[in-house]
Amino acid sequence: MAFTAFAGTATAVAEPAPRRRSPIALLLLLPGIFYLILFFVTPLISLVITSLQAPDPLIFGQYVNAFNWQNYVAVLEQYWPQAIRSAGYAALATLFALLIGFPLAYFIGITLRPFPLLQSLALVLVIAPFFISFLLRTLAWKQIFSVEGPVAGILSSLGALPPGVSITGTTFSVVFGLTYNFIPFMVLPIYATLVSLDLRLLEAGNDLYGSPATTFRTVTLPLSAAGVMSGTLLTFIPAAGDYINASREFLGATDTTMIGNVIEANFLVLQNFPAAAALSLILMAFILVLVAAYVKRSGTEDLL
Amino acid sequence: MKGFGKYAIWAYSIMAFVFLLIPIAYTVAFSFNDSRRTNIIWSGFTLENWLTVCEAQGVCEAFGNSLLIGVAATILATTLGTMIAIALVRYRFRFRNATTLLIFLPMATPEVVLGAGLAAQFLQAGVPKGIGTVILAHTLFCLSFVVVTVRSRVVSLNPALEEAGRDLYASPVQVFWRITFPMLLPGIVAAALLSFALSFDDFIITNFNRGADVTFPSYIYTAAARGIPAEANVIASAVFFLAIALVLIAQLSAAARRRQLAKAA
Amino acid sequence: MTNNEVPKSGFAEAGADLELVGITKRFPGFTAIEELDLTIPAGSFFALLGPSGCGKTTTLRLIAGLEEPTAGRILIGGKDVTATKAYQRPVNTVFQSYALFPHMTILQNVAFGLKRRGITNADALAHEALQLVELDHVAGRKPTQLSGGQQQRVALARAVVNRPALLLLDEPLGALDLKLRRQMQVELKDIQSEVGLTFLHVTHDQEEAMTMADTVAVMNKGRIEQMGPPQELYELPHTAFVAKFLGQSNLFTGDVVSTSSRTLVIDAAGSKIEVPTARAQRHNGRITVGVRPEKVTLHDAAPVADSGRNVIGPGRITDVSFSGVSTQYEVTVPHVGAITVFAQNTSISTLHHDGDTVWLSWAIDHAFGLADEADAEPVSRFHADLDTSMIAVQSRKDLEAELEEA
Repeated sequence: MAFTAFAGTATAVAEPAPRRRSPIALLLLLPGIFYLILFFVTPLISLVITSLQAPDPLIFGQYVNAFNWQNYVAVLEQYWPQAIRSAGYAALATLFALLIGFPLAYFIGITLRPFPLLQSLALVLVIAPFFISFLLRTLAWKQIFSVEGPVAGILSSLGALPPGVSITGTTFSVVFGLTYNFIPFMVLPIYATLVSLDLRLLEAGNDLYGSPATTFRTVTLPLSAAGVMSGTLLTFIPAAGDYINASREFLGATDTTMIGNVIEANFLVLQNFPAAAALSLILMAFILVLVAAYVKRSGTEDLL
Repeated sequence: MKGFGKYAIWAYSIMAFVFLLIPIAYTVAFSFNDSRRTNIIWSGFTLENWLTVCEAQGVCEAFGNSLLIGVAATILATTLGTMIAIALVRYRFRFRNATTLLIFLPMATPEVVLGAGLAAQFLQAGVPKGIGTVILAHTLFCLSFVVVTVRSRVVSLNPALEEAGRDLYASPVQVFWRITFPMLLPGIVAAALLSFALSFDDFIITNFNRGADVTFPSYIYTAAARGIPAEANVIASAVFFLAIALVLIAQLSAAARRRQLAKAA
Repeated sequence: MTNNEVPKSGFAEAGADLELVGITKRFPGFTAIEELDLTIPAGSFFALLGPSGCGKTTTLRLIAGLEEPTAGRILIGGKDVTATKAYQRPVNTVFQSYALFPHMTILQNVAFGLKRRGITNADALAHEALQLVELDHVAGRKPTQLSGGQQQRVALARAVVNRPALLLLDEPLGALDLKLRRQMQVELKDIQSEVGLTFLHVTHDQEEAMTMADTVAVMNKGRIEQMGPPQELYELPHTAFVAKFLGQSNLFTGDVVSTSSRTLVIDAAGSKIEVPTARAQRHNGRITVGVRPEKVTLHDAAPVADSGRNVIGPGRITDVSFSGVSTQYEVTVPHVGAITVFAQNTSISTLHHDGDTVWLSWAIDHAFGLADEADAEPVSRFHADLDTSMIAVQSRKDLEAELEEA
């Protein structure tokens, strides 16, 4: 009987709820939507307005509303190295996070499947970094890599590192920090697709193709593509906008500055609000184009 | 995967776990460091930092602010987000796609942009920045995560259960509180925990909107230049152990329940 | 929290009549039910039988108050309930997926309806209902700890405990395996006669409908095709749909060539087939007549002419399948087509083999004439309307509609 296949347990087999029109929907939506309009849409509009402001001709350090689109040209001319560096660092960090995160997700989702308790403990380990301050974690790496720290000590005693040369404040340390901090964002979505993967498919793959590598390429990878897609987005977006790792007090130096640092400096230190706003909008536009392209390619809107 | 491949993945994964845990171990270890001014070099074990945690200037105040902000933003975001999630799954309405986009866009927006946008807004509106503006900002970015988390729970809720409630003489209000809400509760709790964690650890958005008020992450950021007191490590470690303990208790009791179910069946 | 809107009339004394008057239900894009009139007398066990998508579940949901009709009225015990909400109606449903509340114990599930109506000894009554379905010993467990059959009985107890005027059953046995289903059919029937409620049972399983119900209504495309006691429906189907959905039928189409007060004769591709006039829905023009496969007899040689029997032949046996109690033969008769015959295995050996030439005959009194316009649809024989591919197509359509909307 066809129905038996669908009927099993009552809670697992949820027919899609019939969608109704009702005034209740409006009551449920309005407060949240109002909130989003007030604190997301209007701030974006504020950003647009601010990004077009011109310096006040009378009072130094004040800005007046204008249509000064040249702000965009100016910030791009001034900060293009930081913009490109941000994209590059974020891309590298995403790649490394994928290289570390995919096997880890595979291990938890598939290798550990026969041991449910071990599997949930492993998952706790992956999210454990979330429970300790992001800043302290990053500072811990800074101190581990510092001149007085253990890594530098070992490397210089091996002669691999000239004395007095620091590992922190380099491209390596910034990308390292970004990679480390966003690995859980990569592992969790991939794990979510792999954990529901039917193991019989892998067996069938092994049965039909023989080689584990072929099975991985033709079965495992396509079936976890959705997880990889959302994992890369969830890693790339915060990495591209991050300014903790690249800041001087943490793992960066003046020549590792990313776009986030520039926005922060312009907004909070230099008080050059139009420049900060223009840079923010450029960053957002860049990321939205990327997300749209990704979503279009994968053909799903449920990535995030 | 057989033979070598199997060992390789175990070895690789264990290394990855160690990598993930190194800075945590470091932070916890240095909460016991017998340091005076800067907490960079190991100079002996002490419990002093744990016993006099609030003596370091501003640490406990910053921690208190973070707790307050986290709780307030969680309550706001969870309430608003749960309502939206139910409406999105259950009802038909105009501008549905636009609404969905509006909810997911904040998640695709870098934190600097959210932070700068809100700061620009508060600046233009002349709102003084402080704990209040931080709560408003945190509610915004937690909201989308709540919607996503609760929505998946609403989707998996069998509508026949609510129909059964209506069929069994429960009014719409009774159906919601006696059936829908208890069924959604695990999802709502998960969303609230996630919100609190996101809010508690947020630095970037906070930094744009905090004014002169200090949260725990912003305290660390400011202190980073001149050296973090060990008391900050104490607080971070305590929060870490508390969170891990909660998660482990939840996991172990779930495992125990599974075993009990298996025995009963 | 007690609700004043809930009728405080307490328990129904007995089952109540259900009356549907001119019910129409349209969903965006399609009409599920068209001008449906139906009366179910109090105390009866009524089955609504039809393939998936025929509108039977929608009918049930309309009666329960889970959907609102586009037009028409619903009366329970003579009272118009069309405008009342589900929780205000003296009706309870046993859902297809049981819909037991997973966060409550079995006892809490069963007592749920009683407590909502503010009945004081709810727990005691719930225990009684659980005793009726022999599950009182699991009252403290959660639904997930019960087997499918036990869950089904709890769902039944949860509905019956409220003594509704009308109990609706939405394919409640669909998820059970065959053996359990048989057992539950008997139990359901026992409970119905014990508590004396009006039962409305919706199902696509014709055997279930025929064994359990006093009255069966066969539903197709939002209309009731035919209604009556199971035996009557089987012996004298009025439409090709009923003839095919309820059991199997051999159908023949031809022009009426002669009519007498007792019988009429059609010419089906050269073969004369006689039908009692009283058993034919239409008496002139091109009509379809039929006979059940077990009424047909096979002969090795042309049988002696008998005024009481129709004879067709010769034909060739193209398929023989032995199923223990009986043997099913497929016989192809030139110009007429394939005819199915069920022969009881009353003798030791199978008498006929694949490729044998045979004649067929059946008593004229067993033939029936259908109301269908013969050319309205091609007559395809022995086609179960419900198969997996159809369900797959339907669920894919639903999914596509869902995606389009999202």
